[in-house]
Amino acid sequence: MNYELIIFYLFASVLVAAAISVVTVRNPVYAALFLILAFFSSSAIWIMLEAEFLGVVLILVYVGAVMVLFLFVIMMLDINIDILREGFIRYLPVGLLVAVAVAAEMIFVLTSDTIKTVVAPARHAADYSNTEALGEILYTDYVYPFEIAAVVLVVAIIAAIVLTHRKRDPSTKSQNISHQVRVKSSDRLRIIKMDAETKTSNKVGE
Amino acid sequence: MDSLLSIWDLVPEVLQTLIVILLKIVAIILPLILAVAYTTLAERKVIGYMQVRLGPNRVGIKGSLQPIADTVKLMFKEVILPTKANTFVFYFAPVMALTPALVAWSVIPFQSGWALADINVGLLFILAITSLDVFGIILAGWASNSKYAILSAMRAGAQVVSYEIAMGFALVGVLMAAGSLSLSEIVLAQSGGITQWFMWPLFGLMVVYFISGVAETNRAPFDVAEGESEIVAGFHVEYSGMAFALFFLGEYANMLLISAVAAILFMGGWLSPFESMSALTDLPYIGVLFGNGIHWFFLKIAFFIFLYLWFRATFPRYRYDQIMRLGWKILIPVTLVYIFFEGVAIGLGWKPWL
Repeated sequence: MNYELIIFYLFASVLVAAAISVVTVRNPVYAALFLILAFFSSSAIWIMLEAEFLGVVLILVYVGAVMVLFLFVIMMLDINIDILREGFIRYLPVGLLVAVAVAAEMIFVLTSDTIKTVVAPARHAADYSNTEALGEILYTDYVYPFEIAAVVLVVAIIAAIVLTHRKRDPSTKSQNISHQVRVKSSDRLRIIKMDAETKTSNKVGE
Repeated sequence: MDSLLSIWDLVPEVLQTLIVILLKIVAIILPLILAVAYTTLAERKVIGYMQVRLGPNRVGIKGSLQPIADTVKLMFKEVILPTKANTFVFYFAPVMALTPALVAWSVIPFQSGWALADINVGLLFILAITSLDVFGIILAGWASNSKYAILSAMRAGAQVVSYEIAMGFALVGVLMAAGSLSLSEIVLAQSGGITQWFMWPLFGLMVVYFISGVAETNRAPFDVAEGESEIVAGFHVEYSGMAFALFFLGEYANMLLISAVAAILFMGGWLSPFESMSALTDLPYIGVLFGNGIHWFFLKIAFFIFLYLWFRATFPRYRYDQIMRLGWKILIPVTLVYIFFEGVAIGLGWKPWL
């Protein structure tokens, strides 16, 4: 047993334990934290498979951005755990059915002959760059699927903005920052030339 | 000495690598912690002089022992756990704030070959690890069971996620110019004296990077997460003693990190500005100072740290909507246009200028 294998089993067992905890812990914030741990361990396994670009991007995108927003939402909710657990027995049969189906599919795929005949590819040299390899293949062989995916993502972004954009009541006051920045003292302050007040004119007022 | 070497040979090979790596980590972390301590002194002194005050001058010569005194004071203070706080997350959050700030230093090349791990995705690694800093703040805000703290966590989360995009795009510009994600290769791509540094062709990206860096570290003028006058002290309002000190350490270690990365990406890291002037570098004795070396790297870090302190002494705090506007409507479009024209220039073969 070499050290690489020890490291692999270390990360793999942490990954499995964290993934189980995500669905079993009661506190949703703990569940989110365990999900972060699971992402970390799987990214470590990817890096061991010489996919360092994907491993780091997994942390960057999922942990650094998606999980921040997840935590954001979870913290805003006032979750009553008792209500969440009420339906547990009622949904148990359906849940078990889905679990058995997924397990059966995985066993079917993993024991099939095609999986068994796949040989682990040879290790690359130390100067092999996963980033370059990925970039080359994305912009040559898969350039059209890649561009289409980009367009689909842009459409999704625009759709999300359009769907959540509400027409504001026209009486709502808002700040126009370019107006605020462009403001000059002459716009706010009017200096009037006038003669000095005299005592006699003061007395008229009385 | 020979007996020591023979003992060293008896140690199994795996243990040897482990010990060497641990020693390297200590050699990075210890000076870093010291630098953090003295950055706090520098901050108080610089802001003091900018405001025509003296700054700390009681402990040691000209206040030189002030950071030590502060540390000792913080170590002996009681760590208070608020009622109904989530105990585990409350103590875990400061650790989450400090760890990424230290981990990111593992890929920083201090000089050619002087890096703990000179990996070929160094730039991405830094971006990924610095994006974890915000968890310390968010978790601290939630675990404290305090309204001010959770408000601060919300602000910090939104701010860091927004500025990460601009920062990422600024880094894309550097990666296009250098043609590599490895930090030491980015530095070497800038060799040949001060005119070859990326700060000239990529000046706009350097400005964007540093502004987003200031926002990422939640420093003035982007310190709405702390906002003393609005939400007391934000996420660390319930923390005291060493738990608070860890947040403090993390913030300053992150400032140093952003400065170090800015120095590497735009100012050629350890490269000397006089690299190509052989008249200076060939001088006897002092020629070494004009050559490439770690001292240039430290000088460049000090320059960016000074900018941090200067900003804090000069600018009033941004309003929250102004922060969002600057990030999304100004910095991101600027970087997009910059990257587009950089791509055109590279496509046309103007590479020496980019």
